[in-house]
Amino acid sequence: MKIPDLTELALRNLRESLLRNSLTTVGISVGVASLVAMLSLGIGLQQMASRRLVKSGLFDTIIVSSRRELRGMGREEERSGPTPGESRVLDEPARQEIERLANVGEANPDIRFVTELRFEDKPHLTTIAALPQSAKSSDAFEGMQGRFFSSEGAAEALLQKSFAEELLGKTPPLGAPEPSVSELARPLIGKELVMRYAQRAAPAAENAPSQPGDDFIGTSYSVVSREQKLTIVGIADLDPESMRGPTRARVFLPLKLAEGLHVMQATDLREVSRAASGQAVYSSISVRVKNPAQIQSVEDAIKKMGFTTFSIADASRGLRQFFGVLYAFLGIFGSLALIVASIGIVNTLVMAILERRREIGIMKAIGASDRDVQKLFFAEAGAMGIFGGILGVVLGWSIGQVINFGTNIYLKRQSLPPEHFWAVPWWLVAFAIGFACVVSLVSGLYPAGRAAKLDPIQALRYE
Amino acid sequence: MTSVPAVSIPRGTAAIRSENLCRHYRMGENVIRAVDGVSLEVHAGEFVALLGSSGSGKSSVLNLIAGLDRPTSGSVIVQDRDLSKMSREELAKYRLHVVGMVFQSFNLIPSMTVTENVELPLRFAEVERSRRESLAREALDRVGLSARLNHKPSELSGGEQQRAALARALINRPQLLLADEPTGNLDSHTGTEIMDMVRGFNRELGMTVVMVTHERALAERYARRMIFLADGKLVDDRPNPTVQGGQR
Repeated sequence: MKIPDLTELALRNLRESLLRNSLTTVGISVGVASLVAMLSLGIGLQQMASRRLVKSGLFDTIIVSSRRELRGMGREEERSGPTPGESRVLDEPARQEIERLANVGEANPDIRFVTELRFEDKPHLTTIAALPQSAKSSDAFEGMQGRFFSSEGAAEALLQKSFAEELLGKTPPLGAPEPSVSELARPLIGKELVMRYAQRAAPAAENAPSQPGDDFIGTSYSVVSREQKLTIVGIADLDPESMRGPTRARVFLPLKLAEGLHVMQATDLREVSRAASGQAVYSSISVRVKNPAQIQSVEDAIKKMGFTTFSIADASRGLRQFFGVLYAFLGIFGSLALIVASIGIVNTLVMAILERRREIGIMKAIGASDRDVQKLFFAEAGAMGIFGGILGVVLGWSIGQVINFGTNIYLKRQSLPPEHFWAVPWWLVAFAIGFACVVSLVSGLYPAGRAAKLDPIQALRYE
Repeated sequence: MTSVPAVSIPRGTAAIRSENLCRHYRMGENVIRAVDGVSLEVHAGEFVALLGSSGSGKSSVLNLIAGLDRPTSGSVIVQDRDLSKMSREELAKYRLHVVGMVFQSFNLIPSMTVTENVELPLRFAEVERSRRESLAREALDRVGLSARLNHKPSELSGGEQQRAALARALINRPQLLLADEPTGNLDSHTGTEIMDMVRGFNRELGMTVVMVTHERALAERYARRMIFLADGKLVDDRPNPTVQGGQR
């Protein structure tokens, strides 16, 4: 029989016992809906996670650190493992070497330190990080008020929104609406900050007022207390949840300015001997890759040089793994209802065989082959699968919308930003309908086979 | 559509031949010999009645000729093809293209209209939709049911239902018309109408007709040859002198 005829006959047969077939179809749609709901939650969560990753501006960035710091960093898992090869010090020659690698755009040292900033004579302790000029184009600075640094060495500062709130004494209590960035920017931009910091001075340098920890065993450099005036040029609302990178800090300085300050770094204490040599040693370097597709090869090259690397590729690899497991779980739970529904299909079709025994006998007597009868039952199962699938996707999507809506009301009450953690991509729609179809056809296997094997003489005798 | 040529084979040659045909059923300990060693021959264009009381095996023989059942032993050869050696698929094609069947209980599909019932075999034969309709109308014209095209079987009288069944049996232009008590559920007047039509098919379309009946009078009125069965065995096979062309 041809497919249009099969479809027509199948639909006609489904209409004949409308209630029963509708109930079976609703059963399938509930199964599909649960599958869609589960998977779209997973997909939505993954999209949310990758949105955050992208926001961190790390998509084309590799963080390079000295292998020795592996444990010191704490955050790094020993994923890279203790590979053979010398561990190297991450100093200026190493930075230049990395910058010369193929596909590398730039390699900037990560300068980050905690120090005191005075604003209107009030001290504020915070983390300060250096930003290269190239960070200007990063997604992270979208929606910034004011402007970016005028030059690499300008005595200017960008403030993270939360720090601006602190400076203005506007830190909102938990649950209260947050002030907008522009609201904070108006009284701050153009104002002056005084940064007090500890400078690492070469041994020959003049002796500054001594500080505790000044005289380390075997050290031959000194620490000098300094001040630097900074003009606030911009306020940005960076995502504090970003994986890592410069957005962890609350105040940002131009890279060249920060480098020139020779601020005491945490690593200086560990790398005492090197630090003393006057050569800058970096705790980590951010390498910007020209093309995100090259990130893996550049990472491998840097690893070969004897450094530890971390990139979004590593982060997203872990993330992918996590979501793979999550999908499997959600998928299995979602499919359970569909499997139950498939038993409903078997039941419905077996009932249909009993009811339509005589009809099957007639069709066989006038020339229907086993395969015609089999295909007819398959078509009926498939049709129920398609209808159930479509209905289920609509249902699942609606459930998702309702839950998303409800959750966002809750988030709003907690004065958290609304999130879109629910996504039904087209492939999921196609997959869900297809899967419902496959499950239905598999359920139809047994009834269809049974109908096909029916002995026409016995079937005709049946009243 | 598989092409089984709709040419009518020359009259007088053997259309159906059975040799020592047996169909035994096992019922627990007992073996029921529904058909027990029947050898017969039906010529192309003949009108043969299979007569016998109920349980004589006449319907079983008809089912074996129709390819609905397989013999336990022996053979049924229709147009030089041994049905017992055909696969299930081949038997379905044979039923579709070579055989037209009518039953005592009409066996129309209740959910379909008359037209849909009549064109159902054409669906199995994968005939184009446009051709199906005209063929169905033509067949329904022939049985005088053009006014009832879109009625459901339940809306028709018994005679009309049987006419629809006849139209369905005709639609694929088979060479063989097998009728199992076609008038059993009809009053005598309607029965006569139906039988006149069957005779028309036999005479005008050259179809070979094998009819199972227990009414001797009916057989004597229409069949050119009468075959008597009892307990699964052929007991008598004689021409019907009252019907023109009955003598050989």
